[in-house]
Amino acid sequence: MIDFKLVADNSDILLAGLRYSLALTCSSMLIGIVLGCLLAMARLSSVKWLSLAASAYVNLFRSVPLVLVIFWFYFLIPFFGFKVGPDKSVFITFAIFEAAYYCEIIRAGIQSISRGQVGASQALGLTYVQSMRYIILPQALRNMLPVLLTQTVVLFQDTSLVTIIGIKDFMGANVVTASNNGALKEMYTFAALGYFCICFPLSMLLKRLHKRIAVLR
Amino acid sequence: MTSLHLDWGILFEESPTGDGPYWQLLLTGLKWTLATAMSGWLIAVAVGAVVGVIRTVPSRWLSLLGDAYVEVFRNIPFLVQLFFWFFVLPELLPEAAGSWMKQSMPRPEFFTAAVGLGLFTAARVAEQVKSGIQSLPRGQRNAGLAMGLTLTQTYRYVILPMAFRIVIPPLTSEFMNTFKNSAVALAIGLTELTFQMKQMVEYSNQVIITILATTVLYMVLAMAVNRLMAWIEHKSRVPGLIAGGGK
Repeated sequence: MIDFKLVADNSDILLAGLRYSLALTCSSMLIGIVLGCLLAMARLSSVKWLSLAASAYVNLFRSVPLVLVIFWFYFLIPFFGFKVGPDKSVFITFAIFEAAYYCEIIRAGIQSISRGQVGASQALGLTYVQSMRYIILPQALRNMLPVLLTQTVVLFQDTSLVTIIGIKDFMGANVVTASNNGALKEMYTFAALGYFCICFPLSMLLKRLHKRIAVLR
Repeated sequence: MTSLHLDWGILFEESPTGDGPYWQLLLTGLKWTLATAMSGWLIAVAVGAVVGVIRTVPSRWLSLLGDAYVEVFRNIPFLVQLFFWFFVLPELLPEAAGSWMKQSMPRPEFFTAAVGLGLFTAARVAEQVKSGIQSLPRGQRNAGLAMGLTLTQTYRYVILPMAFRIVIPPLTSEFMNTFKNSAVALAIGLTELTFQMKQMVEYSNQVIITILATTVLYMVLAMAVNRLMAWIEHKSRVPGLIAGGGK
């Protein structure tokens, strides 16, 4: 069902696609987590307009499909005259979109830290930034690590959507190879198997991590 | 840079696709989004309930089968699954069935999208159903069996009625996801809302208005789904549980 000779002949484009998918995943994860952290602190802030703005951002991005957001940027960036190809602009799209999802995870993580800790750090005379930096976030991040990583596996799967705007990520490379060689059946089966072989072991590892952290807490 | 002048009149101009004016073009898209998400959801709940239940029964083979289903459907991107059903499945089926799928199946993109979305979401529903059943005190199952009920009866009268009420809140976000995920089906040519937005941008060149109108439609949809589910959650609360509020 899978034509391994065809895969080997096209290994250059397939590997380049895989590298692109991984690069997109890593950069969106890093920027997404940083942005998500800021958003989560804004949402929990006692400054009214700040928390309102942050929750509007999160609610907006969580109620529209990622495909729609990909098209927003796909159309808007050239509309406003920026000459950035879609293969570069999706890096911004994904970071902005994923930040909303990471924000909700991080917010839950921060809220899982008991109030006494916040009180204690204030009593010790730490500033807000210090208490976040040294007391709250280190514990919160540790608790939510498995969920953050699970979201990243979902993110990796979501990067396949850039195929829709013609980018040659791993799926896109499979689509190109499939249509150039008239081998839809073989290449799409290979794509499914490829994604599965990457995501399945990661999911299994994360399940274990989840259990270990849950026990230690 | 094109001028930022917003001409809302564009929504009432005739679209070149034969769908009537542009607002109607978007509405047709919304209709397909709704149809795909709803039928997908029905399939997801039916399949997900079965898969979720067999993962908890005391039979190694059945629970292994259930686990395998969930892992396969959760670890392959939805887009790839859709392509598989749309382009690969007809080739794998026996000659007659395959050519029927390719040539005479009515609305192939809709049926593929609905079934594909259903099977994809079912894996997530199954996870929730499984953890719902496992969250019940073990005593309930044992009590049922001790009273002389068969395993099937215990599930039918003791476990499932409770489990289904417990899983409703976590299923809310999955229901919401079916609407969002249905947009992926534009890749196999389903004329759902995002597809229509793309068409409208390409024909009318009114980027901002098209994006605003589509986004508003999605947000209204999300709000409506949210209210509906909040109402269902309220109706299905189990008194005495933490989420059930004091009574």
